[in-house]
Amino acid sequence: MASHSAEDPNRRDFIVILAQAFAGVGAAVALWPFIHQMNPDASTQALASIEVDLSPVKEGQAITVSWRGKPVFIRNRTAEEVKTAKAVKLTELKDPIARNEALPDRSPATDQNRTKKDKENWLVLVGICTHLGCIPKGQSMGDAKGDYGGWFCPCHGSHYDTAGRIRLGPAPQNLLVPPYEFVSNTMIKIG
Amino acid sequence: MTTPNRAKIGAASLLLASALAAGSAAWAAGGEPVHIDRQKWSFSGYLGKFDEAQLQRGFKVYVETCARCHGLKRIAFRNLVQPGGPSFPEAAVKSLAGTYKVDAEPNDQGKILKRPAILVDYLPSPYKNEQEARAALNGALPPDLSLIAKARGIESHAPFYLVPKNMLVDIATGYQEGGPDYIYAYLTGFKEPPAGTKVPDGMNYNRAFASPHMTAMPNPFAGGDGFVKYDDATPATVDNYARDVTAFLAWTADPRLEERKRLGLLVTIYLLITAVLLYLAKRRIWAKAH
Amino acid sequence: MASHESTYRPTSNISKWLDARLPVQRMMHGQFVDFPTPRNINYLWTTGGLLTFFLAVQIVTGIVLAMHYMPSAADAFNSVEHIRRNVNYGWLIRNIHAVGASFFFLAVYIHIARGLYYGSYKAPREVLWILGVVIFLLMMATAFMGYSLPWGQMSFWAVTVITNLFSSIDSIIPGLGTRIVQWLWGGYAVSGTTLNRFYALHYLLPFVIVGVVGLHIWALHVVGQNNPTGLDIKSPSDTVPMAPYAVMKDVFALSVFVLLFAWFVFYLPDYLGHPDNYIEANPLSTPPHIVPEWYFLPYYAILRAIPDKLMGVIAMFSSILLLIFVPWLDTSRVRSTKYRPVYKWFFWLFVFTVVALGYLGSKPAEGVYVQWARVFTAYYFIHLLVVLPIVGVMETAKPLPRSIAESVLGSPAAAPKHR
Repeated sequence: MASHSAEDPNRRDFIVILAQAFAGVGAAVALWPFIHQMNPDASTQALASIEVDLSPVKEGQAITVSWRGKPVFIRNRTAEEVKTAKAVKLTELKDPIARNEALPDRSPATDQNRTKKDKENWLVLVGICTHLGCIPKGQSMGDAKGDYGGWFCPCHGSHYDTAGRIRLGPAPQNLLVPPYEFVSNTMIKIG
Repeated sequence: MTTPNRAKIGAASLLLASALAAGSAAWAAGGEPVHIDRQKWSFSGYLGKFDEAQLQRGFKVYVETCARCHGLKRIAFRNLVQPGGPSFPEAAVKSLAGTYKVDAEPNDQGKILKRPAILVDYLPSPYKNEQEARAALNGALPPDLSLIAKARGIESHAPFYLVPKNMLVDIATGYQEGGPDYIYAYLTGFKEPPAGTKVPDGMNYNRAFASPHMTAMPNPFAGGDGFVKYDDATPATVDNYARDVTAFLAWTADPRLEERKRLGLLVTIYLLITAVLLYLAKRRIWAKAH
Repeated sequence: MASHESTYRPTSNISKWLDARLPVQRMMHGQFVDFPTPRNINYLWTTGGLLTFFLAVQIVTGIVLAMHYMPSAADAFNSVEHIRRNVNYGWLIRNIHAVGASFFFLAVYIHIARGLYYGSYKAPREVLWILGVVIFLLMMATAFMGYSLPWGQMSFWAVTVITNLFSSIDSIIPGLGTRIVQWLWGGYAVSGTTLNRFYALHYLLPFVIVGVVGLHIWALHVVGQNNPTGLDIKSPSDTVPMAPYAVMKDVFALSVFVLLFAWFVFYLPDYLGHPDNYIEANPLSTPPHIVPEWYFLPYYAILRAIPDKLMGVIAMFSSILLLIFVPWLDTSRVRSTKYRPVYKWFFWLFVFTVVALGYLGSKPAEGVYVQWARVFTAYYFIHLLVVLPIVGVMETAKPLPRSIAESVLGSPAAAPKHR
């Protein structure tokens, strides 16, 4: 037995290396459950979409709902606010991209691209400042709405306009438009 | 030469002994022995899988009989859709959920109104709390059924010298269905009491229930064959009601069973191959030393 | 073996630089690569590596579970269910941790039995042995507190019963036992407060175990491993380097043990547990028949065999603490039971006794079960206190081989072929 293995070193090395490789690969694969357990769990994923009734939100009012643990701003804009938002030229914008998850990546940040067709009074945004994650002010009547009448982030002074686009301050991007759709005239489904 | 063998026997007997002690501990209980038959379940053994159609029927039986008194609070409507369970179509569960009313968030006046349930909601329990249940049911408390199939077992009454053999068989076959076996026996155990047995008011005779075989729960299937309508061709018999609802409860107690057994098979095969390879490698290396 | 020099030779500039400043690679090489291992050790000597593996597994899975578990009376049970149902691979990690505790004990019992059979506690390994008993005690404390965390019926009543053991002190100093128990509980009954402190300690103790295991391995590497002959290492031909020989053997044994372990994790996750622990703790109702986890059953049987509360507690604790004195209770000059024809029978009787106590501990404390538990409890103590010292003196040992190498290779002429 001993002499046989000595004469055939390739086979000897092969079986040892194969065994080690097998054990090693298994040990590496076994790490996956320990990594994956930190990903969002089934109960969290199940909360990934919510339905919101818009009927109580009167013109000029706004509500905040929680979606995936994040605030979502829903504003029923006045005709005045829509007009102001539409009048803005793309060249005036700090971030000319729509940031709408329903649209292709490079879509321009027109007011039309930030809302749904025929429902342009409704503006739905993830209410998290694109600078460092604070929640901008502007949802309540008494809040400071910033220089452009939309939202104002008090942490580092970012001003958003009535289409939620960044106009002034350190934030690099427009407020994100989450994926949503109208399931009825007064009901939207976010996510 | 004999001594290493003895050492091996020693190790083996220790292993056996600890397994033995464990198994007998698991099912020990006081009272007269009640013999409970083991049943055939689609989800037993190392290739076991739930039977979707059976779970769907079982859910129907639960809703139409058990749910009047028993909650299922750890099951959300979304669970009824997920793979490895009854896997109802999502649309059907959504409209089913809509028929249940759950507490809404407080409204602008601070009132908590009811709203239709959605997929992420958990199945509402029939009673708000223990006190309400006891008040409504003559002092009895119907347990929540989410985990009942894990929280029950069957006792082994084998004499001690048969215990090691029984344990090895159970270990080799992966027997874990003591809970379902008991629940099935209980659900079908409502019989006429033996002559001379007095059944007190509000109690019912059940031969599977621990001595003295009196349980506060009435026979859930007193309506007899056919009182729950099945949507498929399965005969609507009391025996099938018991079997199907038990399978459904086995799933509510262990919704990851299929994933577990599937991964278990892969892991076992992998470890078998690895162990053989490591043995060959070990022999190769030690060949130089002997 | 203490004087064993590491054959480590740093090759790269970085390893030379490090070797001159912190020779950690040199130490690891010396202790775990070229460390001389008796060439005749059998598979029972793989349990040490196995135990290290399980300690690591328990710590890693435990930390992961702590990321999802909530130690409060209201949330504990629900959070375990959340882990079983919702967390990605939560069911797997929880099964590994729960079954892992059992397999940790299974491995440690084989390890202890091996030490007893081959006299691994005898000079110069007394400190090594005592450190082992300390690890065993820490393991038991950790396992007990861990078992309380799911906050099921068995968890709750195990905590109640075991902490109440300390109330037996009342019969020595009235009132003191009660005070100690209330101090342990943080209240007048077991409550969420108790759970919270047990959780903190359950997280802490494994790291204390790691420390004592470090000392245990250190002590082992000072005196060297025992072996089936019990002979000392006399020449290099008695040994092989740890790597690849012993390491490969350890890894193979590990793969077999893990195969059995995986079988339980995937197919029998609740086999070693109790159905009552799937019922949430209810401080107002005790299950009809409560039993500890299987690995505590022998001690539980000893506790119940004695009809007096204080004496039962003393007997139970001394059944473990007596192990500390085994190096001095055993008077035999020969280490390995292999060469002790008389003691051999007593050894297996002792193993049988522990197994029988385990079986009886699982049975109701009544009638014939208690009678037998008394018989076996008596032998347990007789074995340690009477048999070990007396048989060691009276027995004539069988002739020992001249060396470890001879025991393996037959005659001294057949020296190992080195290539």
